[in-house]
Amino acid sequence: MSRIKQRFAELTQQGRKALIPYLTAGDPEPAFTVPLMHAMVEAGADILELGVPFSDPMAEGPVIQHAMERALEHHVSLQDVINMVKTFRETDTDTPVLLMGYLNPIEVTGYEKFVTQAVEAGIDGVLLVDLPPEEATELKGFAKGKLDTVFLVSPTTTEKRTEKIARASSGFVYYVSLKGVTGAGHLDTEQVINKVEEIKRHTDLPVGVGFGIKDASTAQQISRVADAVIVGSALVKLVEANQSSQDDAILAVSELITSMRKGMDADSTSSAA
Amino acid sequence: MRYSALAQLNKPYDYPNEDGHFGPYGGRFVAETLMAPIEELTAAYETAMADKTFLDELDHELKHYVGRPSPLYFAARWSEMVGGAKIYLKREDLNHTGAHKINNTVGQALLARRMGKKRVIAETGAGQHGVATATVAARFGMECIVYMGEEDIQRQAINVFRMKLLGATVVPVTAGSKTLKDALNEALRDWVTNVDDTFYIIGTVAGPHPYPAMVRDFQAIIGREAKQQILEHEGRLPDAVMACVGGGSNALGLFYPFIEDEQVEIIGVEAAGHGLATGEHAAPLCAGKAGVLHGNRTYLMEDTGGQIIPTHSISAGLDYPGVGPELSWLKDTGRAQFVSATDDEALAAFHNLTQVEGIIPALESSHALAYAAKQAAKMDKDQILVVNLSGRGDKDIHTVAELEGITL
Repeated sequence: MSRIKQRFAELTQQGRKALIPYLTAGDPEPAFTVPLMHAMVEAGADILELGVPFSDPMAEGPVIQHAMERALEHHVSLQDVINMVKTFRETDTDTPVLLMGYLNPIEVTGYEKFVTQAVEAGIDGVLLVDLPPEEATELKGFAKGKLDTVFLVSPTTTEKRTEKIARASSGFVYYVSLKGVTGAGHLDTEQVINKVEEIKRHTDLPVGVGFGIKDASTAQQISRVADAVIVGSALVKLVEANQSSQDDAILAVSELITSMRKGMDADSTSSAA
Repeated sequence: MRYSALAQLNKPYDYPNEDGHFGPYGGRFVAETLMAPIEELTAAYETAMADKTFLDELDHELKHYVGRPSPLYFAARWSEMVGGAKIYLKREDLNHTGAHKINNTVGQALLARRMGKKRVIAETGAGQHGVATATVAARFGMECIVYMGEEDIQRQAINVFRMKLLGATVVPVTAGSKTLKDALNEALRDWVTNVDDTFYIIGTVAGPHPYPAMVRDFQAIIGREAKQQILEHEGRLPDAVMACVGGGSNALGLFYPFIEDEQVEIIGVEAAGHGLATGEHAAPLCAGKAGVLHGNRTYLMEDTGGQIIPTHSISAGLDYPGVGPELSWLKDTGRAQFVSATDDEALAAFHNLTQVEGIIPALESSHALAYAAKQAAKMDKDQILVVNLSGRGDKDIHTVAELEGITL
């Protein structure tokens, strides 16, 4: 059983929802990343989403764009990110790690080599923003049974495509809650409920929701309707604001995750009671 | 070699396949939110191209608004100066707005209108596509937003003002290298956010399917006319057709109708900038590798880790790290050859044509002219070269003056 699947099974048993924080690897400099990953787990993260810097992140808002630019100033490559996970795994063998990014760094590495290296480093899944299932057949072939492939469903996705995407996904399905880039807009919970239901009609996989979740209250709202809550830009903003001190960055990020965790758990405990 | 190359291609030449692939290139590598709109666009485009009303409308606009057909001009004095083949210039510089770009924006604007989209967005480098988009938006009464890198805004102040006069909003892009590729990223971000009412008019034969095929089809009027015109002038097809390649829309527009004519050599000229050996160029087909960017798999300028690297060219319109996927396919199959011309070679051609023909060419087109001069010199007097003069050079006179230390 994959680490991601295992983690969702445990959470279901406990009647809790998954909290998935995102960070850009190498932001603001490579030394921050592994300590931040451990701190996120400590503060209540269930799965980590680690962004691979790319020069042309076409689906990101300014917050994550700038994070990727900061990492690229330090020439952080896909290889470096894989090595960071290897280091993380020296002291944490339980928490699933999902790589998020754009296809080109993987394309130039070669799909087979990438899967081998990722699995060897202890990476559990991959989510590529610019790789819809139609173009993913080859990568999926190499990843099958070794690396989960998480695909995205968006508000514009037709039900026919939702079915196709659900079939192509493993680990979980990622629902992008709004039309726009990361860090944008406001949540429409009603719309999220409908779409999550639609996805669940086509798969038994857990459904995670990301985009627009920025505090304990939005995390709580989403945890009522989805299996996982994904938080990105709100955390990256805190790293940006505290880039001169690793300790301050860890403190700020941990605080937000802890408050989200509390919001989500209070809700699940009370509804279970 | 050309014969065996063509044997690798489907006959009749019917690329892309239904998923938008040209061999391994092309495809749809976009965020999920854009999949529905590009599927909708593909359907609308296919219906429109089979609809006589739409095609008549397009013909009407091309004739009465753009001013087509553009002449195929025998550059007698320049041919003589170069000393070799007869060089014909396809005069896209004489189109309304001064470049080939409007062939495509007219087509896409008509399509946008058919689809009920009232807001159009575009990316631009040199500003020619931005101007062509702003022009048709004014013509059809649409809101127009143009994304342009901050650095290009500095280089192309006149085109920025033209767009504003035409009623467009020009949004400076400050991310990344602040040039065309970043403007494209920003336009994609706008589209993903405003997907319901917005039509994205891409200016070149790149991006997710159907753009590479659609832009090619709108630009193919160049090659169709050129073919008919050369037959009228010379009674036979040319020995070679030649065009500059940035994203590749003027090139593919000229090349496409000649692909099945095995006897016609197809040559694309990329921007070698300061020279391919310096690394400061914009020549992905000559010196890059395959990768995925901006919705398609194609040749790119990238580092060993897959990051897109900065490009350099004297001409903003060629300053792009990718190229249309169909050109990548024509390269791999050997049907087309890709060569390059440096900044200095392009500048020399710019001056030569201006002085002996009284035609000021765009710096982009000057790259094709530079290589054409070299090639023609090696050919016989009875051989024929057709070069796409894709745009006029008025927009570039400030760049040229500055390079030569002249204050205007």
